[in-house]
Formats: sequence, C-alpha cells, structure tokens
Amino acid sequence: MSMKNAVRDVFGGFWSLLVGLRITLGQFFKPIITVQYPRQTVKIPARFRGHIKLILDPESGLSRCTACNLCARACPSDCIVVEGAKKEGQKTKWVTDYHLDFTTCSLCGLCIEACPFDAIEFSKEYNTVARSRDDFNNMDLVARLAQEREVWAQNRPSQPPTPPASAPVTAVVAAAPAASAAPAAQPQPLEQKLTP
Amino acid sequence: MSAILDFLLGLAWPWTRLLLFLVGICAFVGLNAAYLVLAERKGAARFQRRPGPNEAGYAGWMQPFADGLKLLSKQVLIPPGTDALLYCVAPLMVMAPPLMCLAVVPFGESLVARNLDYGLLFVFSFGSINVMALMLGGWASRNKFSVISSARVVSQNVAYEIPMLLVVITLLMVAGTLDLNEVIRQQTGGFWQWNILRGIWDFRAGHIGANFLMPVTFIIFYTCMLAETNRAPFDMAEAESELVAGAFTEYGGMGFGVFFMAEYANIVLGCSLATILFLGGWQSPFPPVSFLAYFSGPLWGPIWFLAKMYCLVFSVIWVRWTFPRTQFYNLLNLSWKILIPISLFTLLLTGALMKLPLVWRHLF
Ligand code: SF4
Ligand code: SF4
Repeated sequence: MSMKNAVRDVFGGFWSLLVGLRITLGQFFKPIITVQYPRQTVKIPARFRGHIKLILDPESGLSRCTACNLCARACPSDCIVVEGAKKEGQKTKWVTDYHLDFTTCSLCGLCIEACPFDAIEFSKEYNTVARSRDDFNNMDLVARLAQEREVWAQNRPSQPPTPPASAPVTAVVAAAPAASAAPAAQPQPLEQKLTP
Repeated sequence: MSAILDFLLGLAWPWTRLLLFLVGICAFVGLNAAYLVLAERKGAARFQRRPGPNEAGYAGWMQPFADGLKLLSKQVLIPPGTDALLYCVAPLMVMAPPLMCLAVVPFGESLVARNLDYGLLFVFSFGSINVMALMLGGWASRNKFSVISSARVVSQNVAYEIPMLLVVITLLMVAGTLDLNEVIRQQTGGFWQWNILRGIWDFRAGHIGANFLMPVTFIIFYTCMLAETNRAPFDMAEAESELVAGAFTEYGGMGFGVFFMAEYANIVLGCSLATILFLGGWQSPFPPVSFLAYFSGPLWGPIWFLAKMYCLVFSVIWVRWTFPRTQFYNLLNLSWKILIPISLFTLLLTGALMKLPLVWRHLF
C-alpha cells in the first residue's frame, strides 16, 4: 500500500512539474506588459484622483467658478481658500484666487460634489514630485488654469467652433464631468492587455 | 626547402593548436558566462512578461560589459579574520574545472582540443573540484552564512554525485568506451539512434535496446546536473533568501563575478555533457541518406552541437524560473529515496538486457 502511494507520489509529482513548466512556457510567448515609464505612459483611468483643479470652460476659456465658497466650506481638511471679485458689467463674482493646500488634502472629493457650477474636478496629474512641501501647500489653481488657457488658445481654431474636439485639453475637460459618472466607458489599455 | 618548412610546421603545429584551443576555450567560456547571465535575465523577464535589461546598448546587449566594468572597478577586499590564501584561491578553483573539462569536449568531429581515451573520467574527476572550491570559499570567509552554505554544498553534491555516476555507468555499459568522440560516433544515423532513444529500440541492429528506461535516465542525469551546478530549484548553496549569498557572501567585485561566471561555465559544461551522452553530440538529427547527408558534414557538426546544448541551457533557465527552491531535506530525500534507487534499477536493467541475447543464444 505504501509502495503504491510512493509510486503515485513520484509520478504525480513529476506530472505536476511538467504542468508547471507548460504554464511558464505559455507566459514566455505572451506579449510583454511592462510600460517603459518615461517613454510610455499608461492611460490614466477616468476615476484617477490627482489634485483638484479648476475646469477650463471650452467655450469661453475661463473658469466657471463664481467664488461662492461652498467648496471651501465643504472641505473637511480646510485646505481651500477662494477669493473672488466682480468684473466690469457682470452680476456675479468671478474667481481671482484659488489656493489649495495639497499637503492636507485627502482627495475625498467633497469639494467637487459641493460645487454647484461644476467648476472643479480631479486633475489627471500624477507627476507630482517636488523638493519641498512649499510647492504643494499653497498651490495656485488660478495660475495653473492660466497655463492651460494658453494651450487652449493655441489649439483653438480661428472660427468659433461648436464642437471643441480638436483641442486635446478642452476635449479632456469637456469629457471629464461625464467621465466620473461612467468610468468604464473609456478604454483602459493596460487592463485590456492584462486580460488575454 | 619545403622539407624544412614541413619540419618546422610540424614542430610548430602542436603548439599553435594548443594556443588556439586555449584562447578559444577561454573566449568560449568567457563569452558564454557573460552572455548567459544576460540570457538568464532576459529569460527570467520573458517568463514574467517583462522586457528585462534593455537600457545598455541595443536591447541591453551591452549589459554584460557594463556589469563587468562595474565589478572590475570595485576594490578587492579581504575581510579581516579570513583565511586569506584559501579566500583568494577559491574563485580560481571554481573557474578552473570547467575550463579544463572543455578541453576534452568535442564540439565537432575534429574540433576538440585533446581527444582523450578516458575523456569522460577526466570530466568527472575535474568536475568534482567545483564542490571543494565552493566549500573552501565558504569556509575561508569566516561568516556563518557561508559556513552553512559550505555544509549544504558538500552534502548536496555527495547526494547527487552518486545517481549521476550511476547513470553514467549505465551509459558506459552501453557505449563501452570513455572516449567522448567515440560515444558520439556510435550515435550516428538519425535522432532515433541517439542514446536517449536507442536504449528503447535499436533500429540499426533491429532488436530491443540496452535500456528502455533511457529517457528516465536522461531526466535523472539532467536533475543531477542541475543539483551539481547548484541551480534553482536546488540552489541551496546560494539561497539568497536564507543565506544572503551563501558561500559568496563575503566576496565582492570580481571575486564574486568569477563565482557567478563559473556557475554558467558549469551549466555549459553540464549541458555539453548531456548533449554528448544522450543527444548525439555533433551528430545531425537526420540520417545520412540522399540530400539529408548534406546536414552531417564537418561544418554542421558544431552547429548541431551548439544548437542542442543551448536548447538544454534554455531549459535550465526555464526550470529555474518555474520552480521554487526546495527545502533541504526534500532535496536530499529526492536523491536518496528516488533518484538513487531508480538509477540503480536502470543499472541492473541495462546489465540484464545486454546479457539477454547471450542467454537467448545459449538456450536456443
Ligand atoms: S478633495 Fe476633499 S480634502 Fe481635498 S480639497 Fe476637496 S474637499 Fe478638501
Ligand atoms: S469651485 Fe465651485 S464651489 Fe468652489 S467657489 Fe468656485 S463655484 Fe463655488
């Protein structure tokens, strides 16, 4: 009896080794899935939460924020400071200063939910590395919006277009509110590659 | 005039030949060691679906040079309290045996540095120095991990030397010679005449082969080769997750590099031996009939040999990246409880089957 078991052990063990070898060889011939980071990047998933940013309105090229301060009040970490001023000939206030203390932000998203004008969203920025925390504890979102506007202005076609799809930045911005609602709709190349 | 020239050439040729083979073998071992490290890393990467080293040169082809430069630029350090002489000699001793053994390995019918009548014996006698070198290196380092590793190396190699030699004896009974080139010559006439299959049924002689368990014998030989070269899953000597780096823990720079290269040189040697003994060495897998005879010319010999050898080397890498390291007692159990009994059985079987025709003739 024990002899029989021993023989079965040997053959069963050897068979399991062959099965293991077949599995690894199968992996050997499958494509490489490593992303060579500085040269390639993965597509950032729709639900990715970078620091919050002001949304650039694709029509006007400005922010939709009216400095109502609801986001600052909703923030549990108290890391938003908004200042606004009335422009010439306009009834509402307009944002002039939007400072975010990213060092204490927990990326909870309450500010985004609180905003009645859809004026802020999570950015897809993941390259947030700096030498000191001063770079993050007082981020000037209005200045960042101004930078974005320059790109937007360059890519804007001369005649006023209805679909602003030609400009990548505006396209992202336009898609963003929908994206948070339907994250699976966007293709995610990395996951696609993982499932054979 | 020409007689003098002939005389001088005759005088110079043996030395030239010696020099050529010396340089050739050193270059072969060096290049193999360097590029098998790369092949190993690339292979490991592929098995894990990574690209592997790909920054140095095109697709990482300069990686061995970068590694070598890095190792060479390091200080040679002899830790205090070590046995300095043994500590320095161990890397030399570990590198020398594979270099020596390759002198009798026939890469082609006439491409062999020195075809000894007792080549196989030569290989095994020098091959066993490897254990000593690892043991001395570990012992001389004065480091507890190294000493544990030394003990493991010895018991592991003793355990696996036995089935390996039993298997080789089985083969010798079939071949009847220790001359490696002769062993290969016997395996001519297509892949079914290679020892691994000829043992089952000898087509040329038209009767049952000397040992129908020859494929099993080959697997035993292969397993023992993995264990003798301290390769995963039998890398108890290195066992980086338990013993830091085992016997080479205290070595740095090129001392470590030599141990590393010797591992690959030993793999090349082991795979060459497996090729010669079981897979027909430089014989072409096709029978030398009609146009297929073209493939068994003297130029094709080394190509077949290297092709078979590198297939085995690939399988060694494949095995390493498939199986986890065994526990030490399992390792010894495998040898003493499974491999040795089976190889003893095949030895007896071979003897019986070889004498069977005699008995047959005697009776009828
Ligand atoms: S994400 Fe949360 S913590 Fe961060 S600013 Fe918005 S409300 Fe505050
Ligand atoms: S971002 Fe939205 S909630 Fe915050 S101040 Fe501007 S409009 Fe109000």
